[in-house]
Amino acid sequence: MQYLLLCCFEEARWEALSATERDRVMHDYSALIESLGKSGHYVGGAKLASTRAATTLRERAGTPVVTDGPYAETKEQLGGYHLIECRDLDEALAIAQRIPTLPVGGTVEVRPIEYRA
Amino acid sequence: MSADVQDNIAERIDALYRSDSRRIFATLIRLLGDFDIAEEALHDAFRSALEQWPRDGVPANPRAWLVSTGRFKAIDGIRRRARFRPIDDVADAVEAIVDESVRFADDESIEDDRLRLVFTCCHPALSPDAQVALTLREVCGLTTEAIAQAFLTPAPTLAQRIVRAKAKIRDARIPYVVPDAHELPARLDSVLRVVYLVFNEGYSASSGDALTRVDLSAEAIRLGRLIVDMLPDAEAIGLLALMLLHESRRAARSSAEGEIVLLEAQDRAQWNAALIREGNELLSRALASRRFGAYTLQAAIAAAHANAPASEHTNWAQIVALYDVLLRIEPSPIVALNRAVAVAMRDGPQAGLAEIDAIEGRGELAGYHLLHAARADLCRRAGDAHAAKQAYERALALAKQQPERRFLMRRLAELTPKGGPDAAFRHDRRSSSAATPKSRV
Repeated sequence: MQYLLLCCFEEARWEALSATERDRVMHDYSALIESLGKSGHYVGGAKLASTRAATTLRERAGTPVVTDGPYAETKEQLGGYHLIECRDLDEALAIAQRIPTLPVGGTVEVRPIEYRA
Repeated sequence: MSADVQDNIAERIDALYRSDSRRIFATLIRLLGDFDIAEEALHDAFRSALEQWPRDGVPANPRAWLVSTGRFKAIDGIRRRARFRPIDDVADAVEAIVDESVRFADDESIEDDRLRLVFTCCHPALSPDAQVALTLREVCGLTTEAIAQAFLTPAPTLAQRIVRAKAKIRDARIPYVVPDAHELPARLDSVLRVVYLVFNEGYSASSGDALTRVDLSAEAIRLGRLIVDMLPDAEAIGLLALMLLHESRRAARSSAEGEIVLLEAQDRAQWNAALIREGNELLSRALASRRFGAYTLQAAIAAAHANAPASEHTNWAQIVALYDVLLRIEPSPIVALNRAVAVAMRDGPQAGLAEIDAIEGRGELAGYHLLHAARADLCRRAGDAHAAKQAYERALALAKQQPERRFLMRRLAELTPKGGPDAAFRHDRRSSSAATPKSRV
């Protein structure tokens, strides 16, 4: 069973962290991904660029409308994701608890994958 | 076989259904991996018993017979539906069921399965409302209608809540296991919270006509016993002690007319001595473990009341000390309010009022009727009828439960001598002026 871990963080807060702190978090991410790769849990993932670089597309009356910014204005923004292979939700939650942005105020949403293309 | 014997067997099956169907269901969930398939298998198994037992006799181990019959019926059903599904899916589904390790119907594994079911229904990935509804439905076997009635929720809303929770268990694959040792404390907290919530809703319903709802409390105590039997954790034992000590006072808590009788006015002869004894024993066990927490401390407070031969013999100093510890491990304004009342009983109403002022000063519990009721009572004891009246009125504006409302109205009326509220106000002003140094001379 696969789960997607959606790592959310307040961008302003992320930018307010010192360079050293951000480096440490990113280093911890690398270590986590390496360990999950060895244990056979890791499927794939990515860190996303800031929502300032986001462009949203909708369709109004049959015409595509392009706007600047993310699809929803929220306090926290999606900053990255990881796809993992787990036995069940408890195993996925145990892995999600190791996400390095959690101790610095991040949120992780755990979503089961229904099927993959 | 004679009609008499047949009736007898039907009665036995009926009794078995009432006593054991939820246990059998819990095992079937583990064997079949799905709540709905297990529910169907359970009913198929009992239907087969009604057909076969009168003809072939009652099997040596009826429970094991029902589990294996239910399992075979389910496998049969999956195979029958096979014609409409891709062959691989069916092979996987049947294999998953048939390959299950041999131990599936002895008494010990059946009790393990009940505990697994409790942990699945109380999984923190489910909303608190869903945890309560699912536990009552799946573990206790209450009907959706009964649960809806108990929580004053429309039955379709509650049914939908249960359906959604079951879908989440399936789709997110919430496991059917008792958690590992390192996860157990956090997960057990969630289970105990559900049990205590069910008990409280039965013990002092948050709204409605009746003061208590016996069924829910009985279910909570039954769950508490199951957990203690399977997982003798200090807090699980403490919670069971707490529930039994509260339960011991049920008969004395309301009058024949359904009116509230406060602890100090209760007829202690009506308290259930057997429950108090059992509660005390469990409390000693929990305290001896030295790893106890908030439930055990609350049980110790309940025991201090239960063991006082009369209201005036209550050891308020001990109760305040227990609240001090409780407040340290569970800093909640409700605990602070209860502590304030205990302080008032130890040191007099003014001391208690100062504590209540402090709680309100922190901006807490302003909308909680019992804070105003407690303030009113302390003002009344301190002889300040005017302040008492105001506080009773605020409490009344916030209280939703009918017996509580009637109690507050009675207290309010007692403050009001003949001649209406105006007279009470005048009387009050007179009494407060009587307290000035000049008129005391």
